[in-house]
Amino acid sequence: MLNAIVGLGQIGLVAAIALGWAAKRFAIDVDEREQAICAALPGANCGGCGFPGCASYASAIISGAAPINLCRLGGSAVVENIADIMGVKAELQAAQIAVVLCQGDNSKTTLKYRYCGLHDCNAANQLADGPKLCPSGCLGLGSCVAVCAFAAISISAQGLAQVNRSRCTGCGKCVAICPRHVIRLAPAAATTHVLCSSHDKGGVVRSYCQVGCIGCGLCRKTVPEAFIVDKFLARIDYAHADLAAAAIAICPNGCIVDFSKNFPAGSRLSSPPSLVADDGKDQH
Amino acid sequence: MAMQLNMSSSPHLHSGDTTARIMRRVIVALLPACGVAIYLFGLPALAVIVWCLLGSLAAEALCCYLSERPLTLADNSAAVTGLLLAMNLPPSAPWWLCLFGAIIAIGLGKQVFGGLGHNPFNPALVARVVLLISFPLQMTNWTAPAPLGSAIDAVSAATPLGEMKTAIMLTGQLPATSQASLSNYFIGNMPGSLGEVSALALLVGGIYLLLNRVITWEIPVSYLGTVVICSGVMWLSNAQRYPDPLFHLLTGGLMLGALFMATDMVTTPITRKGMLIFGCGCGVLTVVIRLFGGYPEGVSFAILLMNAATPLIDRYSRPQVFGYADNHGSHREQPTKRPEL
Amino acid sequence: MLYKSFTGGIALADRKLAESKLTTRGKAIEVCPIPEQLIIPMVQHIGTPAQPIVGVGDLVLKGQIIGQAGDFISVPIHASTSGRVTAVEPRWHSSGKELLAVVIEADGADRWDPAVEELKPELWTPDSLRQRIRAAGIVGLGGACFPTHVKLTSPADKPITTLLINGSECEPFLSADHRVLLEQTERVVDGIEILRQILAVKRVIVGIEANKEDAIARMQQCVAGRDIEVQALAVKYPQGAEQLLVAALLGLQVPNCGLPMDLGVVVHNVATAAAVSAAVRYGHPLIERVVTVSGPGITCAKNLLVRIGTPLQKLVDFCAGPRGEIAKIITGGVMTGQSQISLAAPVIPGTLALLLFGAADLPQQEAGPCIRCGRCAAVCPLHLLPTAIADCASLGRFDDAQAQHVMNCMECGCCSFLCPAYRPLVQSIRYAKAGILAQQGRA
Repeated sequence: MLNAIVGLGQIGLVAAIALGWAAKRFAIDVDEREQAICAALPGANCGGCGFPGCASYASAIISGAAPINLCRLGGSAVVENIADIMGVKAELQAAQIAVVLCQGDNSKTTLKYRYCGLHDCNAANQLADGPKLCPSGCLGLGSCVAVCAFAAISISAQGLAQVNRSRCTGCGKCVAICPRHVIRLAPAAATTHVLCSSHDKGGVVRSYCQVGCIGCGLCRKTVPEAFIVDKFLARIDYAHADLAAAAIAICPNGCIVDFSKNFPAGSRLSSPPSLVADDGKDQH
Repeated sequence: MAMQLNMSSSPHLHSGDTTARIMRRVIVALLPACGVAIYLFGLPALAVIVWCLLGSLAAEALCCYLSERPLTLADNSAAVTGLLLAMNLPPSAPWWLCLFGAIIAIGLGKQVFGGLGHNPFNPALVARVVLLISFPLQMTNWTAPAPLGSAIDAVSAATPLGEMKTAIMLTGQLPATSQASLSNYFIGNMPGSLGEVSALALLVGGIYLLLNRVITWEIPVSYLGTVVICSGVMWLSNAQRYPDPLFHLLTGGLMLGALFMATDMVTTPITRKGMLIFGCGCGVLTVVIRLFGGYPEGVSFAILLMNAATPLIDRYSRPQVFGYADNHGSHREQPTKRPEL
Repeated sequence: MLYKSFTGGIALADRKLAESKLTTRGKAIEVCPIPEQLIIPMVQHIGTPAQPIVGVGDLVLKGQIIGQAGDFISVPIHASTSGRVTAVEPRWHSSGKELLAVVIEADGADRWDPAVEELKPELWTPDSLRQRIRAAGIVGLGGACFPTHVKLTSPADKPITTLLINGSECEPFLSADHRVLLEQTERVVDGIEILRQILAVKRVIVGIEANKEDAIARMQQCVAGRDIEVQALAVKYPQGAEQLLVAALLGLQVPNCGLPMDLGVVVHNVATAAAVSAAVRYGHPLIERVVTVSGPGITCAKNLLVRIGTPLQKLVDFCAGPRGEIAKIITGGVMTGQSQISLAAPVIPGTLALLLFGAADLPQQEAGPCIRCGRCAAVCPLHLLPTAIADCASLGRFDDAQAQHVMNCMECGCCSFLCPAYRPLVQSIRYAKAGILAQQGRA
């Protein structure tokens, strides 16, 4: 019995000395603030801030290479936390959400050819500029879905990408991967959008899409502050997005859609979208 | 032309061979062994085959449903796994053992890694080893052949390898009957699991696979050749203790393993050189386990261990890429930079 | 009998193709009539595109320069017939995009430009011959369309010792080079002699696949006494690739990302040799080529001598139109050619063939998971691991793909052909290459 106690005690002593030495020998100097920031960040490593993971964003903040308000996933709560840690004032970014500016799915558009190959929009786009006749239309092969870390975008049964507004954090990965540049980041508060990206003339657009913007400008005539028409394509001026809904009925092709009222068919939303993070305005 | 044309990247021609066809050919190649097994062991053997097949197909369907993926039964891989599992079980295996084995094979051996093509270990062997360790009694309940139509009841008997291991442990020498009847071993008239008894039937199937280019010669030849060499060396050193190479080739699961299990494409190296290394490794391990290990049969463990080594073998057996050759020692100038296109 | 060959590759000729019934090897070259309108793209070759020097309304003669060469790696482009320029605008190109082209309305007279004349033998020097080849717009007619004069210009530290002439034509359905070897043999041999003179080489070997026995016999007849070797090659795809021709005939490997010039070797296609002869002896620029029109979807398969700029629709019309419903149109070979979305594109020097297929002729299937069978690795003539590269590409790991030597890949298609899972390996490889180039462009 005594032998066992002495034996184990000796082993324990040796181990303790060894571990203590190792802890000192291999110690790394850490800035406590960096650890605190890392703990305050959501830890999703989504890359939305532009850094490869929360830990590297934290070290970028410490070194001064990055502002403190880049984390879109965390929202205002995280930004204020970091501001406290760093001892600076919190400036919040307006929350943004990705929008697919296209509603031309397979039932409404004409295809150039029947594609057979890699299920990837960038790969398909390399073959004669993609299967869709519309040069700016969504190809629906899912490059955006593959790259989204939050499962916030999906392809509908008719081959159109759609954003789940309640899950999207505005990290921008889908925007970067889309070969047609159909997805854009828009303020989360704006729910009305012109779902078309084609700059072709009206007659040309009609030849390949039933729901494309023909650049007629009626929306701009109805609500001049909310719309900009640029090279046969209308788009919302997001500074006045709240006024845009008045022009929905006037659009001949139904290009203007209000996501707070009617969701694209087949989208996963079942209730009006709640925003990921408020835009900093004090609502109370 | 107004109609829409097909567009794809080159090449536009395809050989027409598909995964499903390859798997179908493996099933066809196993039919002679199945036939011999049913003849030798009667209806119990048929029952094992049926239960294993049903179990694998059902397990695969369930896994596809649970993971919300399209049903993959059409690629025949679940059927092949089920049939190979049946080949690895004794004819006296009860129905629940077969079902459990099938679920382990498909669920743990394949689907949990992402389905066909992603598993690191041979699914049928994973199931066999799990069953062997979990239910050793049922898995080693060998019966002597009771051919269909004869009035003989199933009688417990030991496999030739089992007899050898027991005799070595007890007496340090081979049993007197071990060299007795090599022709019986070749045809399959001996106790054992369904697929391991008839070397003849397995060879027929193996040659069918080779001729149809489903498998290549590297693994079977290197595996069997290494077994012959290693066991031959030991036999020459002490013929009283170690059986001769022919005994090794014809008994146990070696033929089944070398022709059907070790040639499973998913879990073996993709380069030809890698396949040779794989086969040699399996051979050495098989002989070591058979002669010096605790189990009488080493094929399953040998193959599973080499499956674990496959990624390493793949990495280090890559062929030399065209353009790095020495060119007989001449022409060693720096390559011309290609003009900017 | 053992013929010279390389490791890897596939024996396509004995596959169960309908080719044996459709073979055009025995059909003599027919002249395709000049269409009313010729669309001559300014992008016809590798290197800098040409710049148009004519405008709408200009009258042009056959052989007149209508596109000026860019820098050194570029050649001028000539009018394929006489007529009037009706447009200089983007038009459909067989690469799938709309590219700048000069549209000429033929006047039916087909008159030569008087500037077209032979280069007198007393003026032959390597430099003057090279200039003549460049001025005539000669590019490689084996599919790559590399400006020929560039291949004939070697740096001083890399002397050329061997000239290889490529008569393999390894792709199924193609027979243009085969017919050129049979019907224009003297011209081919004359072209070889001119090339030999420019390069001052000692050794000349003509490589022809063994299934073209009549062409081999004819060549052997014509080169008798000229110190040109004719070698029969094993019938294996892709024997016609430059590096593999060098490997088969000389047993040497062209260095990684290098050129045959690094080994003192230059390779030219047989049709290019014939075009060189015509350019030097008669001054004829490159305005026509032999195109094989074939496939199960064409009524009457033929070998046609076609003017550059002829819309593909005209070739189909001349071959009695399509047979049945067409599902795929391919320009070039069936292994390396390009799918077309219409027949509006014109013939360019890289159009080796026009193949039409119905839906049942080319099996297509959704890709399945890789079963690691290793066939792609075994068949790759450059000893790459296509499945590993495709995995890197799908994960966006372009650095890993580059480490796997994806830039060496010549996109022959052997891997995709054999893959039982119908994985589009060549498409993945192209995707990886584009990703790597984009990264390098950004870096």
